[in-house]
Amino acid sequence: MPQLIKGGALVDDTWTLLRDAAGIDAVPTANVIVPLSAWLTADQALLARDDVGVWLAPADDPAQLAGDVRNLPVIAIDFPKFADGRGYSTARLLRERFGFTGELRAIGDIQRDQLYYLSQVGFDAFVVRDGKDAQDALTSLRDFTDGYQITNRRTPWFRRSGVVGGATVPGERA
Amino acid sequence: MYRYDVFDQRLVDERVAQFRDQTRRFLAGELTEDEFRPLRLQNGLYIQKYAPMLRVAIPYGLLSSRQLRMLAHIGRKYDKGYGHFTTRQNIQYNWPRLEEVPDILADLASVEMHAIQTSGNCVRNITSDHFAGAAGDEIVDPRPYNELIRQWSTFHPEFAYLPRKFKIAITGATTDRAAILVHDIGLQAVRNDDGEVGFRVIVGGGLGRTPIIGHVIREFLPRAEILNYLDAILRVYNRFGRRDNMYKARIKILVKEQTPAVFAANVDAEWQHLRGGPATVPDEEIARLASHFVPPPYEKLAGDDAEFRSTVADNRAFSNWVKRNVFPHKMPGYAIVTLSLKKTGVPPGDATSDQMDTVADLADAYSFGELTVSHEQNLIFTDVRQSQLLALWSELKDLGLATPNIGLLTDIVCCPGGDFCSLANAKSLPIADAIQRRFDDLDYLHDIGELDLNISGCMNACGHHHVGHIGVLGVDKNGSEWYQVTIGGTQGANAAIGKVIGPSFAAQDMPDVVARLLDVYVDHRHEDERFVDTVRRLGIDPFKERVYAATH
Repeated sequence: MPQLIKGGALVDDTWTLLRDAAGIDAVPTANVIVPLSAWLTADQALLARDDVGVWLAPADDPAQLAGDVRNLPVIAIDFPKFADGRGYSTARLLRERFGFTGELRAIGDIQRDQLYYLSQVGFDAFVVRDGKDAQDALTSLRDFTDGYQITNRRTPWFRRSGVVGGATVPGERA
Repeated sequence: MYRYDVFDQRLVDERVAQFRDQTRRFLAGELTEDEFRPLRLQNGLYIQKYAPMLRVAIPYGLLSSRQLRMLAHIGRKYDKGYGHFTTRQNIQYNWPRLEEVPDILADLASVEMHAIQTSGNCVRNITSDHFAGAAGDEIVDPRPYNELIRQWSTFHPEFAYLPRKFKIAITGATTDRAAILVHDIGLQAVRNDDGEVGFRVIVGGGLGRTPIIGHVIREFLPRAEILNYLDAILRVYNRFGRRDNMYKARIKILVKEQTPAVFAANVDAEWQHLRGGPATVPDEEIARLASHFVPPPYEKLAGDDAEFRSTVADNRAFSNWVKRNVFPHKMPGYAIVTLSLKKTGVPPGDATSDQMDTVADLADAYSFGELTVSHEQNLIFTDVRQSQLLALWSELKDLGLATPNIGLLTDIVCCPGGDFCSLANAKSLPIADAIQRRFDDLDYLHDIGELDLNISGCMNACGHHHVGHIGVLGVDKNGSEWYQVTIGGTQGANAAIGKVIGPSFAAQDMPDVVARLLDVYVDHRHEDERFVDTVRRLGIDPFKERVYAATH
């Protein structure tokens, strides 16, 4: 069985990714991830299932899943090329604006050196590209101990550094 | 200046370890060139014509003498004993070895420096006013905000793979010395009627292939909202900026295609979600950052130094230098000094390691141990006592850094060009050199007065040729190098893009072309009119006629 990184470890991937929307009428297997276009036109039978996830392409608008996030067990975001960074914003919107709490997985051209940033914007599962060592990639999640910005995992450092509660700004008020 | 705490230092140290491992994997064949490229670029490492080129970040141009000594050391140990200061206030080394770059980064980290995000499709080094903290026309000291935004941009996980590079410039003065109108985002720190600090926000300016002056999308953004608002701009750009064509991928194209009003509305809609959220900057954090930029212990002086005034009157050479290279300071009895890196015979912006070491000593002796790099590729001592200017001038002359040409024709802004850069269409340094040699008569230069001459070796416009009063762009015609000339460009608050005067010229004609442009100016100028003012008044036709009449 293929594997993916989840919860900081390599585990079996129990989901099947359906890249092509064609043939969606007879989604046979359990635990299948379908394209957004298929999801948006799917019949009630599919929508009612609790073992169907959705994957988004870089240009897909995550707002289209706003009504579904509570029911979806998994959403995947595709990175056809790792240098296309749109999925990072998509992930934060799903997590922070639309309140998605299920599994958010990164698929496509996913490699070791993207994992740390991906983990910060809300991804908790990573399907490392064929030909790249997933075990090796796992270590990169610890490349940095912390960071300055607000992310899906932390508030900005200045809210945690102990500085808040100190003095007002000298000379800043005219 | 800002000093790292353990948190800042750990980030930079972890980056060195990360890049050391990435380099190891590349050299071991575990990473392909395509996979390694964005990783090395985000650490400032290009593969150039003859060797890798490493661009080291100098955040908002500010350096301590200790840091400058390290830059000198790196030039000596890993390069050929010099470095090149760039138009984005950084420094570049043209001859490092790829295998040694992790060691260079470790050396930089030991003095709180790095090469993070000096290249690649990410937020680049934040640039600012090289007179920050010392200028008399400053409304707000921009440096605490420069540092706030430096930290925000460093390893921002959402914006590491933007459609294209992204440049932010900040000023807090009424005179724009940071070229904020030609950046992806320009920020002008201002005060509102209640005295509160905020920012005027400009987006979508830029040079390069499609030169555009930026658009104001918000007149007053409260300072507490700055990071929320920047996140909003970058998110709109990251999601909707074009990725199908790298020549149309900068934010200026998105702003143009959406129109500034629609783009501003999109940013505003995104901001409404973020406004007041956790990234709202608390006053305490701004106070902490501001505490790193308290004024140095200035002596209380009554006014201009009398002896300095009389020396200026008596010593013509000194007086020429003061006139061009010394600028007024906010404190009585102090001055801002520009060290010219534009001596004829030396590529603009280059400094040797020995010069850097001596400049570090001079900064300690004369300017509280700090200096700034300007985007015109010179070095600035911001806090020199007038009474010490004569002594400093004498030392700078010995170093070859006292050429009295700041703002004049020979203070040329120039990219490394075809001699070093693999992107270039043509060489730029020999053109700068030929022009400097032709116009080495100081009296003539001073008579011509203020003139920005900018040279870029290609469309990417690292030499900012579009905003030069005279701009020179290297172009490739059937494999040979030609030079297109624009006139009338301006930087600053009235930034304007220069107009092309006509067909391009061969390299050997360039000094004559400049001479003819100057002749037209001398013939037609009104009193106190700069070259660029005459161009604006007359238009380009008389200049065009003279230049092309002579060549045909």
